Amino acid sequence: MPDLGKYADAVLSAYAVSILLLVAIVGLSVWRGRRVRAALRDVEAQQDG
Amino acid sequence: MSLWEYANPVKFLGLSERLLPWLWALAAVCLLVGLTWGFFLTPDDFRQGSTVKIIYLHVPSALMAINAWFMMLVASLIWIVRRHHVSALAARAAAPVGIVMTLIALLTGAIWGQPMWGTYWAWDPRLTSFLILFLFYLGYVALWEAIEDPDTAADLTSILCLVGSVFAVLSRYAVNFWNQGLHQGASLSLDKEENVADVFYFPLLVCIAGFVLLFLALVLYRTGTEIRVRRTAALRARAARIVAPEGGLDA
Repeated sequence: MPDLGKYADAVLSAYAVSILLLVAIVGLSVWRGRRVRAALRDVEAQQDG
Repeated sequence: MSLWEYANPVKFLGLSERLLPWLWALAAVCLLVGLTWGFFLTPDDFRQGSTVKIIYLHVPSALMAINAWFMMLVASLIWIVRRHHVSALAARAAAPVGIVMTLIALLTGAIWGQPMWGTYWAWDPRLTSFLILFLFYLGYVALWEAIEDPDTAADLTSILCLVGSVFAVLSRYAVNFWNQGLHQGASLSLDKEENVADVFYFPLLVCIAGFVLLFLALVLYRTGTEIRVRRTAALRARAARIVAPEGGLDA
């Protein structure tokens, strides 16, 4: 861990908030994508059946 | 082969399925390498101390916040001129990613501003135009959600996107227009004197590449999701028409 001196709080909070937001948008996108794929599979299966 | 082939949803999905694993992987590698390099292996700035490490998040996210809007503008223009549904859905898919990029730029800027300027916020031209861009993003997403008919929603959001482009341009060039305010000039420049020092520049380039690749991966993935939502709705509507007797369900 580098010595961030008196600005440690600022630097660490900037990294924390950014990484959190990036993980959130990726996570939400993948979660919704999987849900939608499953719904489409169900509808297509009903149409074929 | 023409680019317009990919206006066909099936061809678009085929292409994105092939590209996505590479984009996700490259984005992850670039972000991991760039942020690790920037955070652990670069020195402090002689004036800004360790806060200079915030540059590896602030500059790429601000760049992508503006470029995401321009990507939405191009997609909106394609929708207005050629009525390709995939382009309207790509613009819709990009907006939440743009919101996140703008939010990261605003928050990291505020966190950086406090120790350097003595304040989290100032009504500086670049900061203010960026805040307005953020509000335009929110308005754009809200408009898509508020209108039920997808074609009408695409039309109206495209117009909103055209109007918002003024603020996207202002966000980028506000410093040059007004030459005042707290925010410094561009960190990246072709002029060697104005550009950041090489020790900060190279990890910054890797981080920018990571943000660009992540944006592309997210937009492709999310556009695929929007296409599948449309397809599901169309199949359900068709099934409802087959099940319902002529004259509707109440007949």
